[in-house]
Amino acid sequence: MTPRGPKPRPRFSRTNVMLYGTLIVVAAYYALPLYVMIVTSLKGMPEIRLGNIFAPPVEVTYQPWVKAWAEACTGINCEGLSRGFWNSVQILIPSVILSIAIASVNGYALANWKFKGSEVFFTILIVGAFIPYQVMLYPLVIILRELGLYGNIWGLVLVHTVFGMPILTLLFRNYFTSVPEELFKAARVDGAGFWGIYFRIMLPMSLPIFVVAIILQVTGIWNDFLFGVIYTKPADYPMTVQLNNIVNSVQGIKEYNVNMAATLLTGLVPLIIYFASGKLFVRGIAAGAVKG
Amino acid sequence: MTSVLVKDLTLKFGALTVLDNLNIDIPEGEFLVLLGASGCGKSTLLNCIAGLLDVTDGEIHINDRNVTWEEPSGRGIGMVFQSYALYPQMTVEGNLSFGLKNARMPKGEIRKRVERAAEILQIEPLLHRKPAALSGGQRQRVAIGRALVRDVDVFLFDEPLSNLDAKLRADLRVEIKRLHHSLKNTMIYVTHDQVEAMTLADRIAIMKGGIIQQLDTPTQIYNRPRNKYVAGFIGSPEINFFEGNVEEGSFVTGDRRFPLAGYAFQEEAPNGPAWLGLRPEHVLSGDAAKGLPVTAKVQIDIVEPMGSDTLAWATLASVPVRIRMDGQAAVSTGDQILIGFDPARASLFDKSTERRI
Repeated sequence: MTPRGPKPRPRFSRTNVMLYGTLIVVAAYYALPLYVMIVTSLKGMPEIRLGNIFAPPVEVTYQPWVKAWAEACTGINCEGLSRGFWNSVQILIPSVILSIAIASVNGYALANWKFKGSEVFFTILIVGAFIPYQVMLYPLVIILRELGLYGNIWGLVLVHTVFGMPILTLLFRNYFTSVPEELFKAARVDGAGFWGIYFRIMLPMSLPIFVVAIILQVTGIWNDFLFGVIYTKPADYPMTVQLNNIVNSVQGIKEYNVNMAATLLTGLVPLIIYFASGKLFVRGIAAGAVKG
Repeated sequence: MTSVLVKDLTLKFGALTVLDNLNIDIPEGEFLVLLGASGCGKSTLLNCIAGLLDVTDGEIHINDRNVTWEEPSGRGIGMVFQSYALYPQMTVEGNLSFGLKNARMPKGEIRKRVERAAEILQIEPLLHRKPAALSGGQRQRVAIGRALVRDVDVFLFDEPLSNLDAKLRADLRVEIKRLHHSLKNTMIYVTHDQVEAMTLADRIAIMKGGIIQQLDTPTQIYNRPRNKYVAGFIGSPEINFFEGNVEEGSFVTGDRRFPLAGYAFQEEAPNGPAWLGLRPEHVLSGDAAKGLPVTAKVQIDIVEPMGSDTLAWATLASVPVRIRMDGQAAVSTGDQILIGFDPARASLFDKSTERRI
């Protein structure tokens, strides 16, 4: 046969078998726990006690989900996870908006309006990202107390905003650095000022990086446990803290199905975010990473 | 009347001096080209005039007003960039009107100016398109339009044609020249392309190392370069250099002696080591070479036909010499031909200072 056109490639070559074999094994390894959680959450307790954790439910029941959402008890409070969910939403929305708004302006200023000491300022901000949270927990309690925000949702919002600052500023600065400098110069010749350039030129062309920032912040803040348990009162506990309290309650029988349903419910928000925006997420990360 | 005046301009980035005590006086309506290799400070100078860079020392005056501390938008300039720098999320119309909106101009006036600029540049059908849907040439037209609507006295061009392909570059070059003829604005144009510089400029400033080497008309720069750098930088194919000595009204190189009768020395003819620069087209061949002050029989080493003309390489006084011949010249490698030139058309430079003598 004379070679012509695309080179034929065998479907079951050794590389292909190796490649797809590895991928399938790894995918199964990661998907299996999720599978166990889902099937367990759909079983009744008698069926769980049989111990076949991989078996699909014989009798599908949604009762554990209802109970996890609306009836599960933490201490004397039997409202389920629903209250924690709304608490988390109330913490999440202002934290995300505030942190991204401030960090994007920070990044923009550091990328385009270099001032004396801007590099030093940036370095200090980045170093902040490497200091373990634990060191700052107690000082923050005192600061919040002095500000009158301790035990308040807004105190937690402030904490989330501050801790999101280094990584978000880095993200935005790198993105804005990759915007051609001449665009910025042209806008200055056209008489646009600091805010004019930010709102009219930079914002409209940086949707991908905003999506990345939103994803980072939503998942980060939603999954936060430490700050939530330290800086809020039980009535304001976010969903993660409440989940812990439900799952780890020592009284009564362990309702594995309810625990699984509660965990899945808590993880639902980040999960949806990832599925809905996976592509944009990857694109934004790449865009931010190209130039430093 | 002076349109742009640059006075003792110095710019330093830390220890690095980018511009060193520059002085330029640009009369109204002049087309000045800043020409130089990359890193010579030409774009930096333009950015200083535009107000996009803070100067370390010196003053910039535009229309007899000291604008050294003025914002770019308050200097009465319009600027065109190499990468076009169009706002990607705005339509062409939005791009053109952005500056006017920032200046809070009434809507009717904005529309009038945008229409006028679109008409001059023939981009009316594109007004509602986004930059991504335009070709390179169209984008650069819009970028010029953005400077045009501002109705300013001084246009600044920062290598506006460098991102375009060769044919478009030639087309737009003519268009910019036409625009200058009809608008009669002062234009300052940065480029590293000597063809653009020669064709567009009223005057060219050749820069190197943050210093203006020569500021003169294209003809003067080409025919009477002030130093060896300018002579070598301008001209394609490049000028030929012979190393030798000026001795008693002759230039001696190797075993050859070129009489310098008719050469216009700057001052009294000095004796001593020097360079002789000879443009490839000033070397004539065949019958035309007969009777010239310097003639020699040489062998052609290489021939580079370029269509409109042919570049031949030969060795004279043990130096490879470029000879520019007619495109139809029947010449091939190994031919023995007679060449000749008149040293009066050459340029002599001092060996140590490299200045014209």
